[in-house]
Amino acid sequence: MARIIVVTSGKGGVGKTTTSASIAIGLAKKGHKTVVIDFDVGLRNLDLIMGCERRVVYDFINVINGEATLNQALIRDKNCNLLYILPASQTRDKDALSQESVGKVLDELKKDFEYIICDSPAGIEKGAQLAMYFADDAFIVTNPEVSSVRDSDRMLGILSSKSRRAEQNEEPIKEYLLLSRYAPNRVKSGDMLSLNDVQGILSLELLGVVPESNSVLNASNAGIPVILDEKSDAGQAYADIVDRYLGENKPHRFIDEKKGLLGILFGSK
Amino acid sequence: MSTDSQKNADHSPILEFKSSTFSVPVLILATNKLIAIEKQLQKKIYLAPDFFKNSPLVLDLQYLNKNNLDIDVTNLTHLIRRLDLLPIGIRGGTAQQNQQALKVGIPVHFGYSVNPLSKMKKQEIAKPKAPEVETIPTTIITRPVRSGQRIYASGDLIILAQVSPGAEVLAEGNIHVYGSLRGRALAGVVGNTDARIFCSDLQAELISIAGNYKISENLDGVVPHQLVQIYLQNHTLVIKDI
Ligand SMILES: Nc1ncnc2c1ncn2[C@@H]1O[C@H](COP(=O)(O)OP(=O)(O)O)[C@@H](O)[C@H]1O
Ligand SMILES: [Mg+2]
Repeated sequence: MARIIVVTSGKGGVGKTTTSASIAIGLAKKGHKTVVIDFDVGLRNLDLIMGCERRVVYDFINVINGEATLNQALIRDKNCNLLYILPASQTRDKDALSQESVGKVLDELKKDFEYIICDSPAGIEKGAQLAMYFADDAFIVTNPEVSSVRDSDRMLGILSSKSRRAEQNEEPIKEYLLLSRYAPNRVKSGDMLSLNDVQGILSLELLGVVPESNSVLNASNAGIPVILDEKSDAGQAYADIVDRYLGENKPHRFIDEKKGLLGILFGSK
Repeated sequence: MSTDSQKNADHSPILEFKSSTFSVPVLILATNKLIAIEKQLQKKIYLAPDFFKNSPLVLDLQYLNKNNLDIDVTNLTHLIRRLDLLPIGIRGGTAQQNQQALKVGIPVHFGYSVNPLSKMKKQEIAKPKAPEVETIPTTIITRPVRSGQRIYASGDLIILAQVSPGAEVLAEGNIHVYGSLRGRALAGVVGNTDARIFCSDLQAELISIAGNYKISENLDGVVPHQLVQIYLQNHTLVIKDI
């Protein structure tokens, strides 16, 4: 049975697209046939991060309008042959999407894929609501700051009242917290909320903490999702997240400040 | 197939009548002074503007008529509609009031009407019986109430999770919150001054009982993570440890 995952946040620029790309690759590399859909119509970002922007012929809107078949629009990932990308259109506007048409495309994808990942646009309006409407699982990407946490809480309210599962009185969407761009030294200095603070406000199951890391920017410039940079902290964090989502019990990392060389040698904190 | 359903040429039903129950706030009037009513309503609306905007309402005149306080239903209706409330029924009215209500398009709920004559007869023949207890179901919420969400309960409201900042929980009866209360909680919203709020961690943006409220600025002295109850005493909210 296919599962639909929405990667959402309310606030923009928190790492939704970065996350969508990395977990899509992670799931596919574990042997699950996966498709990732860019719902950010008008901005088109996912294909850049996945490094497939020059292979886009048709897009999500073409499929919705019946101008292309799904098979024509799906792009196979260059790193992993179990992963496909359904890019967003850069030229059309969001009004092209409707609940009914999105539902039809998802139904068709469900026949063929194990995981369908929906990369949500920012905000809580129509685009974000369409991206989450059909979801089974939600990854709530949150940065350790008050406004991001507040927006996540708002999004959680929408998930539990305006989703298909809510409207049809089914078991609610399973919600997971993904705390991103976490910088323990800035938590210590009081510039950022701590993991505890965020958990205190949202009380969600923590799927993982992704550290603030230069490797993310390097990866997106290169068009290679950061999870493939296995030496990087952010890449490892995403690999852990995929493992935990699939049910593996992995201790959380990247929560405490990195110990310096001396700290490691002498075991001090 | 229901007998009430109508079919058109292609045999798909056009409409169907179903009996169904709705929870609608009842406005129980204790005075017939229109100016006082308007002032009090404005105060309530100010507290929860989103909740009251275009909210349906049933007018209950039973108390007034019991105490021989007459009220002009036409004027009352105009006043209420001016405040963006939508009266959808009247109960406990006199024959004349019911007549006025129908003229301004408000259905009359007869089950409850004051009819002094028939009441007397009933009392004469009625055997003593146990007092009638009206049971209103308790609403239980097990998941967090998130920012932007609003819960309304026509009886008591029990929340087994947190209420986030920017969320609003309202009940005609008592409210219990067993997670952190960080949003707004309004108990006794249709005027029950005996309603109480119980909570295990009071960090609310606003608490109110029967329209008497405190905002977070006035809650500075409250210690978080402490089991408290909130009730009304001489029109003032009292917050007490349990
Ligand atoms: N863990 C991280 N460390 C550093 N920068 C990050 C991290 N995650 C995301 N970013 C950067 O933040 C910006 C927004 O990320 P993006 O994934 O596009 O967010 P969204 O899709 O939520 O708008 C990008 O410039 C990205 O490189
Ligand atoms: Mg994005």
